[in-house]
Amino acid sequence: MSKPLVRIENVSFSYVGQHTPALKNISFDIFEGEWLAIVGHNGSGKSTLAKLLNGLQFPQQGSIEVCGVTLSEDTVWDVRENVGMVFQNPDNQFVGTTVRDDVAFGLENHGIPRETMVERVQTSLDKVNMGTFLNQEPHHLSGGQKQRVAIAGVLALQPSIIILDEATSMLDPKGRAEVIKTVRELKDRENITVISITHDLEEAAKADRIIVMNKGELYREGTPEEIFEMDEELIKLGLDIPFPVKMSKIMREKGITLTKSYLTEEELVTELWTSHSKM
Amino acid sequence: MDISLKNVEYRYQADSPFERLAISDVSIDVPSGTYLAVIGHTGSGKSTVLQHLNALLKPTKGSVLIGSREIKAGRKEKNLKGVREKVGIVFQFPEHQLFEETVEKDIMFGPMNFGVTEKEAKARARSAINLVGLPEEILEKSPFDLSGGQMRRVAIAGVLAMEPEVIVLDEPTAGLDPRGRKEIMDLFYSLHKKRNLSTVLVTHSMEDAARYADDIVVMHQGKVFTKGTPEQIFSDPKALLELGLDVPEVVGLQLKIEEAFNTKFSKISLSEEELAEMVAELMEGGGPK
Repeated sequence: MSKPLVRIENVSFSYVGQHTPALKNISFDIFEGEWLAIVGHNGSGKSTLAKLLNGLQFPQQGSIEVCGVTLSEDTVWDVRENVGMVFQNPDNQFVGTTVRDDVAFGLENHGIPRETMVERVQTSLDKVNMGTFLNQEPHHLSGGQKQRVAIAGVLALQPSIIILDEATSMLDPKGRAEVIKTVRELKDRENITVISITHDLEEAAKADRIIVMNKGELYREGTPEEIFEMDEELIKLGLDIPFPVKMSKIMREKGITLTKSYLTEEELVTELWTSHSKM
Repeated sequence: MDISLKNVEYRYQADSPFERLAISDVSIDVPSGTYLAVIGHTGSGKSTVLQHLNALLKPTKGSVLIGSREIKAGRKEKNLKGVREKVGIVFQFPEHQLFEETVEKDIMFGPMNFGVTEKEAKARARSAINLVGLPEEILEKSPFDLSGGQMRRVAIAGVLAMEPEVIVLDEPTAGLDPRGRKEIMDLFYSLHKKRNLSTVLVTHSMEDAARYADDIVVMHQGKVFTKGTPEQIFSDPKALLELGLDVPEVVGLQLKIEEAFNTKFSKISLSEEELAEMVAELMEGGGPK
């Protein structure tokens, strides 16, 4: 196992004026280079967790360590150099008048020299396949393209961790697929650690590990296979079961022999075909 | 109330250098009591069609009949209040339109705007908040202190409080968690049945279109590509896939199985159970072909 990049220890948090805590005594580690999906119903505490991870809020109890630095009001700016965040609404995070300006914005804030800036804007946009859109204005872009520019803006600052806070939930299916593909490539090529906060279980199924949040508590942690074995329990938690898993179950009920529940349709079809040809 | 679009064309910023043709030759009927789903890509003209359903946009060619009121291209239309009172639109992310100090005032705004008394509007706010499954205490709160899911429901309550005869939904569940999505879709479906409403759902979810709609219209590049019942539309999945649209997951899986087994089932199934049964039969058949 690679080393923990983020350590969350006994963290609790309540918003001012609310009597039920948003997070109750949460502890877990996030490892270098992994894709971690944090799932849970609306209001389960998953977005609060994201806000704590880059110091938009601070825990009232417990501690958070990012790349060896304990998060506090004094260290928040150092931590944010390592943690980039992409939010839900593509229209709320486009700050520049062109794609180039938008990606340059964060670099300017960090006082990066111009030559480096020009180069980093281009390479970051290339990484999200938006390299030819430099002079485009935001209203010419689709939702998926805007989110990819937002990811490029984050990449330009060369963080070790990217947090996607429901970054695909306002996109159409095509935009959603574009963003997920981009993130996958980044993770594989750049060894970036991805924390994806989502309630799209098809998306979570592609992660290395899943954490299920429920009512502010860490309910379960495991690989996608382990989590989706929870089956009906997930529905009780306000979530859903990915379609291939659901279908595997129904097929078994109809008397078809399957060795396991599949996370992808391709694997399911392969087993059907293999067992059919053996007959 | 029947709505019907006849050969509708709409150009944004007509007669200017920025003129853009959004839809052309669109004819769609929504007979009273129908649940119609409109599917298509982002940019296919779905939202433009939607805005003709209560005369927010007026056609640049053709005509729209909303109940007994005809909206015709090239004519100045006055006093559209009656139309807008009867056709309620729930826009995408409707919670962005909340603005009042309290939830109650926000819900009351619409009905009072159409001349309903304060007392009646209060009563409607109460019943609308119950309908969307929120506790009455919430009426006293500021809409901005609520969670995203609650804000969505309040915004929907605001449309329901107008007691429209036609409800138009533009991606009403985008961004909600799976349970919230199902609750909202079931809510609209039960209202549709109970109040004998007409419902028009604009969606990217082929699952929802297949599950709830009586009829589906497929928009492509500003035109009606095809229309029919869910069974008819999804019986030709390849046509939809060629447009770059999705098909319901269950149909997608059926295609993959057919390809792997190099066979064709007798029909396209929209139900998971039915597909599983067809596959079970195929497996029992034994031996590769």
